[in-house]
Amino acid sequence: MTHQLPSLPWAPDALEPHISSKTIEFHYGKHHQAYVTNLNNLIPGTPFENATLEEIVKKAEGGIYNNGAQVWNHTFYWNCLSPNGGGEPTGKLAEAIKAQFGSFETFKEKFSAAAATLFGSGWAWLVKNAEGKLEIIQESNAGNPMRQGKTPILTCDVWEHAYYIDKKNLRPAYITAFWNLVDWKAAGSRF
Amino acid sequence: MHKFFNSILLSIILVLTSVYGFSQGLTKDQLKQTGDYMYAGAYRQLPLPYAYSALEPYIDAATMEIHYSRHHAAYTSNLNKAVEGQPWSSTPLFDLFMEIEKYPMAVRNNGGGYYNHLLFWQLMKPGGGGLPTGKLSKAIDETFGSFEKFQSEFNSNASSQFGSGWAWLSVNAEGKLFVSSTANQDNPLMSIAKNRGIPVLCIDVWEHAYYLKYQNKRTDYVKAFWSVINWDEVSRRYEEAIKAVRK
Repeated sequence: MTHQLPSLPWAPDALEPHISSKTIEFHYGKHHQAYVTNLNNLIPGTPFENATLEEIVKKAEGGIYNNGAQVWNHTFYWNCLSPNGGGEPTGKLAEAIKAQFGSFETFKEKFSAAAATLFGSGWAWLVKNAEGKLEIIQESNAGNPMRQGKTPILTCDVWEHAYYIDKKNLRPAYITAFWNLVDWKAAGSRF
Repeated sequence: MHKFFNSILLSIILVLTSVYGFSQGLTKDQLKQTGDYMYAGAYRQLPLPYAYSALEPYIDAATMEIHYSRHHAAYTSNLNKAVEGQPWSSTPLFDLFMEIEKYPMAVRNNGGGYYNHLLFWQLMKPGGGGLPTGKLSKAIDETFGSFEKFQSEFNSNASSQFGSGWAWLSVNAEGKLFVSSTANQDNPLMSIAKNRGIPVLCIDVWEHAYYLKYQNKRTDYVKAFWSVINWDEVSRRYEEAIKAVRK
């Protein structure tokens, strides 16, 4: 099966001034597209030729895994962001965050620290584990928590390509900007 | 008599094991013969040997400035923090690399970040590029078949390193050249490296090394790198490494 680059859920300039349209243009139009293209080039003649993206993320190795997981991760990331995002979660997710981390502020600090200290390229994730509890985890490169049976709730891409045009070496400034865009309604529905 | 032969046999086995062991990796005695063995605590950046703009148009001034004055500076200060007040505060950096799994990740990440960049700046110069000469040129031909074949293997390591990392040309414990790549700030001197050796040429393929000018096009950056290589310095390091491992 041929994997497609899904459309963005908003216009490329919709996240300004927190994430620039130039960043989105490269991040979505070049990086995300390249992962899709690479994946489609790699799967013919392999057991993953007709696999769903989720099966690839859960079971593949090497280049098929790297590109497949990066396709999934980026689509998920775009859907974590919204021009009307920011603020705080409500409902059950808000309660679970309070129960697990003490307060939303403490959660935010811990998630920000996970995103800031992931060494090299990768992702910070808020996930629901097998016991239904929330966890913050760091994953290198294409790492995806579904490999460990965990349900992704929220992610922040900390590959340098996610922020270098806008913030250069200042990853923490990008993480601060990220909080203004988090789509808590979407995150809540995943929980 | 029986005991005597047993002890002889045991000695032979021990010698063989140690020789075989050495051939698997580098030894401290070998690394002591290299100039860079001197880095040991109170780490400082060396001055950049050229202006930020000197490598234009291949590497732009803005990238050089941020790369040297922000990224490399941060690794340097974080390395000092990772060694300060520790029993290894003045241990040679190469000795830390030799047993890197015994130290905190901050030593591995920042020690690599400190040394890899320090080496990288010296391996480039304005008006660089061209071809290596002398012993290095001969060794490249012997090992890879031709300079073009070496170049293509190096480029493919640099382009295919997934995520952040480096590609390397190094001399192994037997004095042979090889090309490899490492993730993040690891390097071939580290005990955890799959292929171990003394690096003589490297390219940084973290996105911060090229994103301002080349964005997603890492291969264009890798191609441009060949126009700024300081082959005199690479040759000098090659000859030093060969002497060190033959010691």
